[in-house]
Amino acid sequence: MYKYNDFDEGFLRARTAQFRKQVERRIAGNLTEEEFRPLRLMNGLYLQLHAYMLRVAIPYGTLNSRQMDQLAYIADTWDKGYGHFTTRQNIQYNWPKLSDVPDMLDALADVQMHANQTSGNTIRNVTSDPFAGAAIDEIEDPRPVAELLRQWSTDHPEFQFLGRKFKIAVGASEADRAVLKSHDLAVNIVRNDAGETGYQILVGGGLGRTPMVGKVLNEFLPREDLLPYVEAVLSVYNLLGRRDNKYKARIKITVHENGLDTIRALVDERFAELRPTFAGGDQELLDEIRTHFQPPQFKNAPIDAFEAAYESDPVFRSWADTNLAPHKNENYAIATISLKKHGETPGDATSAQMRQLAQIAREYAHDELRISHEQNVILPHVHKSHLPAIHALLRSEGLATANIGLISDIIACPGMDYCALATARSIPVAQKIATRFDELKLEHEIGALKIKISGCINACGHHHVGHIGILGLDRAGVENYQITLGGDGTETTVIGERAGPGFAYDEIVPAIERLIHAYLELRDSEEETFLQAYRRLGMAPFKDALYPEAAKKNAA
Amino acid sequence: MARAFTPKIVTANALIEGDVIYLTADDTWSRNHADAELITDEARAAVRLAFAEAQQDFLVGAYLADAVEGDAGPAPTHFREEFRSVGPSNYNHGKQVEQNNV
Repeated sequence: MYKYNDFDEGFLRARTAQFRKQVERRIAGNLTEEEFRPLRLMNGLYLQLHAYMLRVAIPYGTLNSRQMDQLAYIADTWDKGYGHFTTRQNIQYNWPKLSDVPDMLDALADVQMHANQTSGNTIRNVTSDPFAGAAIDEIEDPRPVAELLRQWSTDHPEFQFLGRKFKIAVGASEADRAVLKSHDLAVNIVRNDAGETGYQILVGGGLGRTPMVGKVLNEFLPREDLLPYVEAVLSVYNLLGRRDNKYKARIKITVHENGLDTIRALVDERFAELRPTFAGGDQELLDEIRTHFQPPQFKNAPIDAFEAAYESDPVFRSWADTNLAPHKNENYAIATISLKKHGETPGDATSAQMRQLAQIAREYAHDELRISHEQNVILPHVHKSHLPAIHALLRSEGLATANIGLISDIIACPGMDYCALATARSIPVAQKIATRFDELKLEHEIGALKIKISGCINACGHHHVGHIGILGLDRAGVENYQITLGGDGTETTVIGERAGPGFAYDEIVPAIERLIHAYLELRDSEEETFLQAYRRLGMAPFKDALYPEAAKKNAA
Repeated sequence: MARAFTPKIVTANALIEGDVIYLTADDTWSRNHADAELITDEARAAVRLAFAEAQQDFLVGAYLADAVEGDAGPAPTHFREEFRSVGPSNYNHGKQVEQNNV
């Protein structure tokens, strides 16, 4: 993985020292909150409902064991012994004290981590495929390009005061595991008919108040043109994007209002100006970055231990069937570790769990960990012979839940339990759904199903692209939950359709249960997933299940 | 027609901890909602909010929130203020465990 050079180290240390002084001036009363707020936001520090929240970037979701250990140390030393992994591959601490934050940032810098640009109207943490470097279907490891974009966007003087935040994701596979089409800009590494590798550029995707699917701005961009082209897109957005209305300020609205062809023409024009200013230093840097992302030395050893455990241990078998994905090396697997134990908070890990994950990565998995946008942890490179031992270590820390891709593997934003913007709670809804279907023992029978929950219209919980999406709102002073159906956050991205009136807090779990029972009756075979059944049948039968009274009335 | 004034309390977050705080009738700040001054007069609400906003080096984001008189003192009327007054529902963290220390 990428290692900081002297420049990076110097930059980060200067930045944390600067913020330490800013905090001191705020506490001494020499800065007003109005003056301090943009400064703290640039360093990832929010003020939430009950406390401050520090959002730490995990660039393209990649961590080594030392970093994961340090995240645990920070949780124990300055927080309440846990952290929350988010849908943008960040980790959030929910209880830091303002006066401790400079020490936390120093501790992060000690392991080459930071909270820069995890908030504010800047280019945010660049995200990527959590299976990068291991996926069977990838053209190449997308992370060097993500790292190049991270370095280019960090403190970029032109883009520190954008009209609104700007999110970039990078992928390199046919399967989209990084919600590319819901990003402001996505770089998809592709191959053309001539067999050359280049970039497909998507623009204007996003969820929130006005959900939009990203559109193809450029079908095939030559490799050496990436930075000037992305800079051209940002440059056009920076000038053209609206600043009069927060809800119309994202690039998706700029694209929608001006039309894709106009945006493309403006980008081409700006690109023509910028291209000559890139003399190749960016390509040299990319080559240098690539040397940090060499594949590990894969072990060539028998996998008998895996096969024996798979045959003899049904608990291990269930976990292996549900949580493992194929690796490009056939003796290896990609193991997804669920942070969705039934009844627990989606995406939360205790410091003890973090240390156990670090220890497993160090001992058995080439020292690599990933965080997925689905709020789970991934061991990208595991020799299959180690899987039984890993499974045992996971079990001892409550990390062996076999539910990846199933109904309890729910994305949920922090919602009104923490977030100052939220209009309703998300976490307890996720907890109750997971607990209920665990009691019913229906999870594996239901099969592939993605439920995603947001506690406000900003859609951090990606509800629009959940097969079942749940949006928590404040309706006349009471929590109310709207259901959307048929969303999809993969390469075939679709925005879900609203089913009808919302449900009260104590009605939402029974409503989901009716929906699932309807699906089980309606599906044409056990192989037909919820999403497939929805696509075949449309909204009507599911709506009848959600609103039985209305269905009865219509039938009468 | 202007809407009738509903009773309010002044609340904010403490500068260092970020913890929710409430303005009391004797000009101090409490971490307990029930200790808040329940303001029933619109003019006084403006005065009390201005008093709070002047304390920039102690707090962040003072505002007026609706409240009603309860058994033990002022109680929140909206669920957001109720959550702010107790803490998150997924863990026993925040005021729900610290309240006794106030």
